[in-house]
Amino acid sequence: MVAPMEHAGPGRVETGSEDAQIVVSGVSHVYRPKHGRQVLALDDINLTVRRNEFVALLGPSGCGKSTLLYLTGGFLPVEQGTICVLGETVRKPGPDRGIVFQHFALFPWKTVRANVMYGLERKGVPRREAEVRAAEILVQVGLKGFEDSYPSQLSGGMRQRAAIARTLVLDPATLLMDEPFGALDAQTRNLMQIELLALWRRSPKAVVFVTHDVHEAVYLAERVVVMSARPGRIKAIVETGIDRSDPEFVKSRAFVEKVDEIWHLIHEEDGKAAP
Amino acid sequence: MITRLKSCLGLLLLMLLWEIAPRVGLVRMDILPPLSRIFIAWLGLASSGELWTHGVISLFRAFSGAAIAIVVGTVLGVAMAASAPVRIFFRPLMEALYPIPKSALIPITALWLGLGNASQITLIALGCILPVAVGAYNGARGCERVLIWSGRALGAGKMRTLVDIVVPSALPELLSGIRTALALCLVLLVSSELIVSKNGLGYLIGFLGGSGIYDAMFAAVLTIAIFGLIVDRLFLRYIRWVLSWQ
Repeated sequence: MVAPMEHAGPGRVETGSEDAQIVVSGVSHVYRPKHGRQVLALDDINLTVRRNEFVALLGPSGCGKSTLLYLTGGFLPVEQGTICVLGETVRKPGPDRGIVFQHFALFPWKTVRANVMYGLERKGVPRREAEVRAAEILVQVGLKGFEDSYPSQLSGGMRQRAAIARTLVLDPATLLMDEPFGALDAQTRNLMQIELLALWRRSPKAVVFVTHDVHEAVYLAERVVVMSARPGRIKAIVETGIDRSDPEFVKSRAFVEKVDEIWHLIHEEDGKAAP
Repeated sequence: MITRLKSCLGLLLLMLLWEIAPRVGLVRMDILPPLSRIFIAWLGLASSGELWTHGVISLFRAFSGAAIAIVVGTVLGVAMAASAPVRIFFRPLMEALYPIPKSALIPITALWLGLGNASQITLIALGCILPVAVGAYNGARGCERVLIWSGRALGAGKMRTLVDIVVPSALPELLSGIRTALALCLVLLVSSELIVSKNGLGYLIGFLGGSGIYDAMFAAVLTIAIFGLIVDRLFLRYIRWVLSWQ
């Protein structure tokens, strides 16, 4: 199963360097549905995420981008290859790697406040302090006044804010996001993207952001990892190199060209997959 | 208010019919005494203390049996959902036991444990475990994996995740399983006391019926019926309160 070196793909970057936050080496993953054929979801993935880097995993559905995220989170067992986060081999989930899911995954029986406090309780933070920290983070994500609401009473955007707050309150060094804005309407999505970038700048952390939206990937990430499907492989890694200091940067030539470049990479893939 | 009255109208008419039919000779009075006579007999049972001595015994048995069933059934159902070995062992067992009429166990528990509390409580517990376990199992199986993963990523261990996340998300089905169990609990209580017991409300019904004191027998039957109704209504309210987040 181990691929020879020349097939190792473009993902080999400074493996093991001090600057690395996440090191994925030689990871393959077979998806075994209860009924039907096995699928090679990931084929020999090598990828290094630098310290506090914002990386987007971009690809069509079925390219294994979410699987790679779940493996990094420790939710699925790494059966072949290794994943190290800050020098530690991933074996199980942990609060050092926060996760945000597309459909929020808030605990519906808990209020927003109780959802945010859950991780602090598990950490043994005293109740008073936990309440203060939860209140602070809820202000940050713009949910002040909704502390006692249940998730079912909130809009999609507010639910995702609550889910992000629940994760960020633990200040994880690594943030894993699985198409977090995919279920939101366009306007809310754009607002959330802006706020996510602001949060990331205020409190730097490595972010691995799964999306199938090219625009979103270029908008957010420093590097875009373009994946191809069946089997899931890394096709290319593109440095976006966008200067985001200009608030209008989405209209800049550099941005538009970068989106175009990645579109072409993906369309090549479509052409190949077509019968 | 008017809809309330309307929904009670049928019941009121039935009570009226019950009072009048025996008095005008539509039915034999010794077979169906008028409601007022039954009420008087109830007052007699209550003031003599018989109703309470037997009632307390029955209540104790029902409560203990149901409590055991709820605890064991919940643990069993959740464990089955969480662990493949547990599931493989217990699922065929549960499927085989499900269609058996639980009252068929009455002579068996009596044989093993005699005619006292232990026998009735065991019977109720055994009979009620199944609906609770099935509810807990189905509810826990339905727990979304992203909820479990979220819990784990927030620092909860595996056991902690079961208690904090799997059980609450199983609550809707678990509680409706418990509601079924509570109804079944009264059925098993009364039928076992009728057949193999020296006390309890079921025994009282059998004794009064056997002695031909029918108005008092009806009073005891109605007491249990109304008690069952109240328990169910209260539990339904409890369910709505617990699940108010939905």
